[in-house]
Amino acid sequence: MAGKRSIRDARAGRLMFFMTSACALIVVFMAAGLLIKSFPVLRANSPAQILFSDSWSPLKGEFGMLAFIAGTVWVTGLSALIAMPVSLFSAIYLSEYAPSWLRKISRPFMDVLAGIPSVVFGVWGILIIVPLVRDCIAPFFGVYSSGYSILAASIVLAVMVFPIIIQITIEVFHSIPGELRDASLSLGATKWQTIKLVLLRKALPGIIAANVLGFSRAFGETMAVLMVAGNIPAIPHSPLDAGYPLPALIANNYGEMLSIPLYDSALMLAALVLFLIVIMFNLLSRYILSRINLRAA
Amino acid sequence: MKETSHLRTENLTVSYGGAEALKNINVEIPEKQITAIIGPSGCGKSTLLKSFNRLLEENDGVKISGRVLVDGADIYSDSEDITCIRKKMGLLSQRPYPLPMSIYDNIAFGPRIHGMKKKAGLDRLVEKYLSLAGLWDEVKDRLNEPASRLSIGQQQRLCLARGLAVEPEIILADEPTSALDPKSSQKIEEEFKKLKSDYTIIIVTHILRQARRLADYVLFIYLGELIEHGPSRQIFESPREQVTREYIQGVIS
Repeated sequence: MAGKRSIRDARAGRLMFFMTSACALIVVFMAAGLLIKSFPVLRANSPAQILFSDSWSPLKGEFGMLAFIAGTVWVTGLSALIAMPVSLFSAIYLSEYAPSWLRKISRPFMDVLAGIPSVVFGVWGILIIVPLVRDCIAPFFGVYSSGYSILAASIVLAVMVFPIIIQITIEVFHSIPGELRDASLSLGATKWQTIKLVLLRKALPGIIAANVLGFSRAFGETMAVLMVAGNIPAIPHSPLDAGYPLPALIANNYGEMLSIPLYDSALMLAALVLFLIVIMFNLLSRYILSRINLRAA
Repeated sequence: MKETSHLRTENLTVSYGGAEALKNINVEIPEKQITAIIGPSGCGKSTLLKSFNRLLEENDGVKISGRVLVDGADIYSDSEDITCIRKKMGLLSQRPYPLPMSIYDNIAFGPRIHGMKKKAGLDRLVEKYLSLAGLWDEVKDRLNEPASRLSIGQQQRLCLARGLAVEPEIILADEPTSALDPKSSQKIEEEFKKLKSDYTIIIVTHILRQARRLADYVLFIYLGELIEHGPSRQIFESPREQVTREYIQGVIS
């Protein structure tokens, strides 16, 4: 009888192994598929031309993607700049200062915020943020902007990643044992000194992980960004310029412009480049995390 | 007794969300002696200890009434600066919680937040208090290593040194040896015996033998009430109350 049970046991183990490897293999297949599909355009243009040239003229067979890469980096970078301090301080407030009733009602509120479809964020961006940039922020700096800009996209994106980063950062603070707070407070430290000198240090790896998770999503966010970014294929020189991030390029043109030779292959390559940017970002943050853990251990 | 009491409670009552954890505690803790708070788990020993440096109020839903007087001043009165009160008392918790920084910085943390900046002065303090906690010889060559690399026993002595470095008058210890191996426990106990000439030490313990070994004065708490208190000999050899006797004999625990 025991034989039957152990066979089942082994079978269950193997089944789970297959499921797991299937999930992992999808990533490999996806990358391979994109690579194969982008061979034609890579044959016509050198990788350097594609990565470091900003001349995007599909009709002339020129597929320089620098403007789109720059657009992606601008939008994500600026939204990180906006979102990181705000979400960090909100998380600190909610986990360390807020009374428990406020903590309790803030949770479902943020769950809702995280669940709003990105197209709704896009509409909100067009209705509120774009006019704000056009009528208030750009005139303040004495420049003209249509409002459809890197800045508008970054603000919308920042609001979209807030709930993810805040929630995880709160979890990180909660995982710090209360006794560590007690230890610092009992030495006569104020609450702020305790947070600044002890808790932040302890939480740093977790906070970085929270932000990485948030911005891995931000890199690929398509809908809301393409609705407010302006989508002009030129390298932006200021946050008030329009930008054209990679996901927007792919979503706007796939299925539309495929009569132009090599266009679909170029879009596949754009997807591959996006893929690689996200992977590089993840590897870099992993490296930083391991350095911090090494120092803290 | 009056002249030598360092810390005194008057009608101290603590409740968590409506449930009373401590009921009407009136007690005087003698100066420069070791006072042990004994009693079964969950009877309010740690609560009493934490009420002495106002760490209790960091938790939600805690209500505290009555007074706690240190050197005659009520620490719960609004005019008292909470950081000054806490600075007067070093805390040693059940498990050591070194701050996430180097051994040196753990000791220097307290003096630094209270405004000491000079490297030479800090160096001197770090050596002085690590020596006082009996740790200096073991760590003097690796002061810049993270404190988390020390053994648990060493970490607990580091926490003791860290607490001493802010020059407290009272040491509050909440079952300070419960996570330690026998040898490390013994070291901590020896430290306490040395330190009591300069500090008032209050130790929560559920190890009766430890209380017997260390304490000059004993508080017995049962279900949130102070059943009796007195010199160690009296409590252990001729307790007045039936429940104290039963606890000490191991009939209840």
